[in-house]
Amino acid sequence: MSKTPPLLQIKNLQRLTLGPLSLDVDAGDCVCISGPSGTGKSLLLRAIADLDPHEGQVWLGNRSCIATPPDEWRTAVGLLPPESSWWLPRVLEHFHDGVPVPLDHVGLTTEILDKPVSQLSSGERQRLALLRLLSNRPRVLLLDEPTANLDPENTRRIEEVVMEYRREHDAAIIWVSHDSEQIKRIANRHFELIDGELREQEMEWLAWLH
Amino acid sequence: MVTLSIADLAIAALLVLLLALLSLRQRAGISRQLLIAALRTAIQLTLIGLVLKTLFANAQLGWVTLLALVMLLIAGREVMVRQERRFTGWWGYAVGTVSMFLSSFAVTVFALVVILGSDPWYAPQYAIPLLGMLLGNTMNGIAIAMDRLTSVAWERRNVIEARLMLGERADRAVADLRVQAVRSGMIPIINAMAAAGVVSLPGMMTGQILAGAPPVEAVKYQILIMFLIAVGTGLGTLAAVTIGSRHLFDERQRLCLERLRSVN
Repeated sequence: MSKTPPLLQIKNLQRLTLGPLSLDVDAGDCVCISGPSGTGKSLLLRAIADLDPHEGQVWLGNRSCIATPPDEWRTAVGLLPPESSWWLPRVLEHFHDGVPVPLDHVGLTTEILDKPVSQLSSGERQRLALLRLLSNRPRVLLLDEPTANLDPENTRRIEEVVMEYRREHDAAIIWVSHDSEQIKRIANRHFELIDGELREQEMEWLAWLH
Repeated sequence: MVTLSIADLAIAALLVLLLALLSLRQRAGISRQLLIAALRTAIQLTLIGLVLKTLFANAQLGWVTLLALVMLLIAGREVMVRQERRFTGWWGYAVGTVSMFLSSFAVTVFALVVILGSDPWYAPQYAIPLLGMLLGNTMNGIAIAMDRLTSVAWERRNVIEARLMLGERADRAVADLRVQAVRSGMIPIINAMAAAGVVSLPGMMTGQILAGAPPVEAVKYQILIMFLIAVGTGLGTLAAVTIGSRHLFDERQRLCLERLRSVN
């Protein structure tokens, strides 16, 4: 019986000083990437989402990025940038197919949907941006420091929503984080990006077993 | 018709000179620019007058085409230098020039053949002034629209990329930008049409009346010209914004702002 291929396969990806690097992410994996700032963690996510030109290949299941129309690719491989952008006056107008997760799961109420975007706090915007991305039902989530500006309570809420989405949809997650406690909570694999290379880190619960 | 002598022009030139002196005393700092611009007007118009005189005497399609091309290339350069952020390389020049060629030339030839029916259709006393008026106005519209498109794309790059990240196609991600750009390119001619005859007496009509044409005939020509300018500007602006907004992205619909360079 042949083994099913990993959900996301990155083969010899190269972009500026980054790579060549390869990484397989299985469905249901949550891979955390950390590393000093400026090493290209955001560049890596942007290349996987095909927002920047790059060398090497990225595969989603048995479809390669290059053979997939770019809008389809980015719908399936969803990137959440550190700063969310909004272009219509009201929050709700940015959701085409409704809100995918009950708003109280992220500590919000439905009234917020009718508010002008300019009245929201950065934390509220970030949580709504995650929901907006999830409403596309992406197979792979690329999260670029999604909780960097959030308080501990909202950080937990974001983590829970992402983990729930991962379980329900068998999605693969790549999560860039600086917070080692957070990495312990959510990751089942952890890499450090140093000098353009990914180095797998031993997870601490494994270290604890030894 | 009252013909003008060199002395008449000299008197008008003296007025400009007086204005330059006045602004020199006010330290407005534009005397130099004013005098250079006035001198350019005198020289450039004299030259084009001589060129037209020669051209009218040798009304051959080749010479008319040559002058039309020279006018187009100069207008293309003007569109380019008026943009604060322009496309790098040949594109910076080509987007505006190609759009002007498509719109101004097509509308001019159409007007000459179908509406005016001059004989021959390329008769320079019709073709060159018509093309000149179309190019001048289309140039304005395209320059404004392109400047708007590229500067807003730069300012709103985060929004455009956020929309791409959410799986929107590139043309949708810049749809509102394109509308804004086309609108700002079209506003001047729409305003000019709305104000024509009420607030302003358009230059061409005034010129014909000064030259002794019956006012109603001059008005008919002016209406024709205004309509042609509106169509030429609209088509040219649409073409430039369409070509330009596509060139903001590569074949994988990635926003390529490195294709823009900032002047200043």
